[in-house]
Amino acid sequence: MNAGMSRLLLTRLATAAGTLLFVAAAVFVTTTMLPGDVAQEILGQSATPEAVAALRHGLGLDRPPVERFLSWLGGLLVGDPGLSLVNGVPVATLIGGRLSNSLLLAAVTAAVSVPLALLLGVSSAMLRGSIYDRVVGTATIFVVSVPEFLVASLAVLVFAVKLRWLPALAQAPQGHGLLDLMRSFAMPIVTLTFVIVAQMARMTRAAVIDTLAAPYVEMARLKGAGPIRIVLTHALPNAIGPIANAVALSLSFLLGGVIIVETIFNYPGIAKLMVDGVATRDLPVVQACALIFCAGYLLLVMLADIAAILSNPRLRHR
Amino acid sequence: MTTPSPTLNAPLSKAPLAPTRFADAAPLVEVANLKVVARGEDGREFPIVKDVSFSVKRGEVVALIGESGSGKTTIALSVMGYARSGCRIAGGRVRLGDCEVTALSESGLADLRGRRVAYIAQSAAAAFNPSRTIMAQVIESALIHKTATKAEAEVKARALFTALALPDPDGVGDRYPHQVSGGQLQRLLAAMALITDPELVIFDEPTTALDVTTQIEVLKAFKAVVRDRDTTGLYVSHDLAVVAQVADRIVVLRDGAIREVGATGQIIEAPRDDYTRSLIAAAEPQPRAAAPLRETPAPLLEVTNLSAGYGGLNADGMPHFPILDAVGFRIQRGSTLGVIGESGCGKSTLARVVAGLMPAARGAVTLDGRPLPPTIAGRSREDLRRIQIVFQMADTALNPAHSVSKALSRPLTFYHGLTGAVLDRRVFELLDLVKLPRGLADRKPGELSGGQKQRINLARALAAEPDLILCDEVTSALDTVVAAAVLDLLVELRRDLGVSYMFISHDLKTVRAICDDIMVLYAGRKVQAGSREAMAEPPSHPYADLLTASVPEMRMGWLEGAGAHASNFIDPADKTKGGKLFSRSGCAFYPRCPLGIAGTCDRERPPLRVTPQGSEIACHRSDADLMSLTAR
Repeated sequence: MNAGMSRLLLTRLATAAGTLLFVAAAVFVTTTMLPGDVAQEILGQSATPEAVAALRHGLGLDRPPVERFLSWLGGLLVGDPGLSLVNGVPVATLIGGRLSNSLLLAAVTAAVSVPLALLLGVSSAMLRGSIYDRVVGTATIFVVSVPEFLVASLAVLVFAVKLRWLPALAQAPQGHGLLDLMRSFAMPIVTLTFVIVAQMARMTRAAVIDTLAAPYVEMARLKGAGPIRIVLTHALPNAIGPIANAVALSLSFLLGGVIIVETIFNYPGIAKLMVDGVATRDLPVVQACALIFCAGYLLLVMLADIAAILSNPRLRHR
Repeated sequence: MTTPSPTLNAPLSKAPLAPTRFADAAPLVEVANLKVVARGEDGREFPIVKDVSFSVKRGEVVALIGESGSGKTTIALSVMGYARSGCRIAGGRVRLGDCEVTALSESGLADLRGRRVAYIAQSAAAAFNPSRTIMAQVIESALIHKTATKAEAEVKARALFTALALPDPDGVGDRYPHQVSGGQLQRLLAAMALITDPELVIFDEPTTALDVTTQIEVLKAFKAVVRDRDTTGLYVSHDLAVVAQVADRIVVLRDGAIREVGATGQIIEAPRDDYTRSLIAAAEPQPRAAAPLRETPAPLLEVTNLSAGYGGLNADGMPHFPILDAVGFRIQRGSTLGVIGESGCGKSTLARVVAGLMPAARGAVTLDGRPLPPTIAGRSREDLRRIQIVFQMADTALNPAHSVSKALSRPLTFYHGLTGAVLDRRVFELLDLVKLPRGLADRKPGELSGGQKQRINLARALAAEPDLILCDEVTSALDTVVAAAVLDLLVELRRDLGVSYMFISHDLKTVRAICDDIMVLYAGRKVQAGSREAMAEPPSHPYADLLTASVPEMRMGWLEGAGAHASNFIDPADKTKGGKLFSRSGCAFYPRCPLGIAGTCDRERPPLRVTPQGSEIACHRSDADLMSLTAR
């Protein structure tokens, strides 16, 4: 690690922090522009204007937007995104349990889908043009084209209703063993893997094929290196940048984009919380969720960039 | 045609046709009736190597020589049982010692490659994996084939680094490829090939991508290790002069077939085949008849005190990464200025600044006595029309989606407002001018050969009817015979149209052949300039002298003689490339100069003076001192 490298990484971190601040402002502005009013929503159609105004004052909604934004931002910095407007529970409490549920599902899905995608991508790059390559290519395109609600519903129909192998609902396990975890997560994981594996596998294949065409790979072949050695020591290290970016983009889907899966399997995750928040005009919940999704996305993309920087010796050893 | 011309009979009768040194040795490599086919875009196979047979004896170096498309690399690779993607060994056999290479399985081939046959690629920069250390890659074959332990292999690698005259043999292995210069990488590639003591080494154009002054160092290093280890070699090249230094026998190839096989001395002194003769003729360009200079009071182009570079400007107005430093010259109407120097010396930047593609930091560019605005945006259409540029890579300079007529019509409409039938007629005239058939007008660049594409580029420049054409390495990517024809065309156009050229090249022979004036750049500075005649006479700037001494001559034993002379110059290894080595005070050539005066040359910028022969030289040394260097 040298000075130039540290500066590069610090710049990257500072950019991410700046982007997050911008996103926070954008989230605040757009959510306050949402149609509807929470006080009206709580009190119902028959409430008197005075009652609505009193509740608005009580909730702090009559303060100027800039003041509300700054106090919200200050709260976020100390980990307090405020109280739910609907039931007065701290947003942190509402999100806390659900976020860990979502992260657990995302982590297990990533642990299954990333190695699977890399394996499929690298192997089909090595066997480019073979039957295997074509089958993998067609199959990944097929599974990503099928809508996920269809996959999820079919899975429930077959494995839960007909065969009764797996529970129809996915619950975050409490104190159960790994087997129970796998049982209750099997269907959501398969559904999500279907969605994200195709993109990662195809990008991996393209990146590896690109490096396999490089003259240094031909050189390795002419040194008598076998196919495994060629891919692992010559091609893959030079394909880390694009692969990491494809993985990051796919995984970022696992936080905010899983609403259908959470709904079908009735899984208490954060995406569902946000949708419920929008329905009830519960702005602090919506804002906090949106910010978490954005932060997760930024974190993944930043990690991918750092991986790309670290894997490039031109940047590592100047 | 097999009868040698009468004048060449005498040396032929004296010199034995076959080298006696290898007369008794058994052949190590036998290639018999080799056929290689490639698959075209339409899926049909066509031959690229047709029935080629030759052999290489143990301890012998055989050169495969030919132009692009002659199949020389394909043949060399098939000795390793390797065919590039889309190609296939379709017939014949290749035998290496007791081993039938063409009958081996994929794992048998992997066993052979890197152990019994090793390969040195043309571009070392591309052949090294950028993400692994040099040592890991140099010893990789030894580890794959288990010929040595890691520790043993590293010891051996360091010994090879020393034998190949690499600086810092103990430390260079820990570096990454991008941290090492091109000339060093090429030698490291040789170490990589020799680590397993292979029976045969294939050299595939190993010095083509290098500057001449670096090439001579690398050639010497290669020749020394080949001699010391009694290595058998297959040397692939397009450059007869280089091959004459290293090969015992030469196989001349064209379009995938053998034209002539013979001892090196016989091929270069008494070639029997017409094609070999044309190759030799093209490699030694004769001075083209220059048009008489029209004496005009003012020069067409005058460049004064020009500095340019990248990054922000310093307090004194110079860029942080200077590329050009106070360069000045004139081009007379109808004359040609050759700009010569090695890669990174700023010659292409000079063309870009004159064309307005890059603004100068300081200095002025004057056309016909009128100062030109620094960038294209500031120049009038008339200014743009009068200076045109032709780039080295004909492929990338032409839009692959546009037909030839579209490429030529654009400047005709833009500068002269031509449309309709007049436009079409002018397109045909331009094609006539560059000696291409009119039928080519509807073709796309992808359907043209390299030489044809470069002629189209030239026609496009001519469409503007310019006063000055900036030719940036226009013949460097072309085969010698094709390049010679393009040079002839340039000379003819100048005579007929009175156009002037700034001819940028790294090739001294070409520049001498067609230029009236020559300017030598080194690290962004003018070190010597003058008329072609003046430049041919001593005294010369030490760098110009090194450049002249480094151009391979087509005779055996040149390397040994020139080598002794070039040894006066300190190993060029790494000291002169890149902006940071650009010495602002003092002489940029000081680190390599055999005549450098410590305390003067490294501190004070050398003054530009005019020699009795009429050339300008930037050097602290006197003419007498410089004469003594040339005489050495």
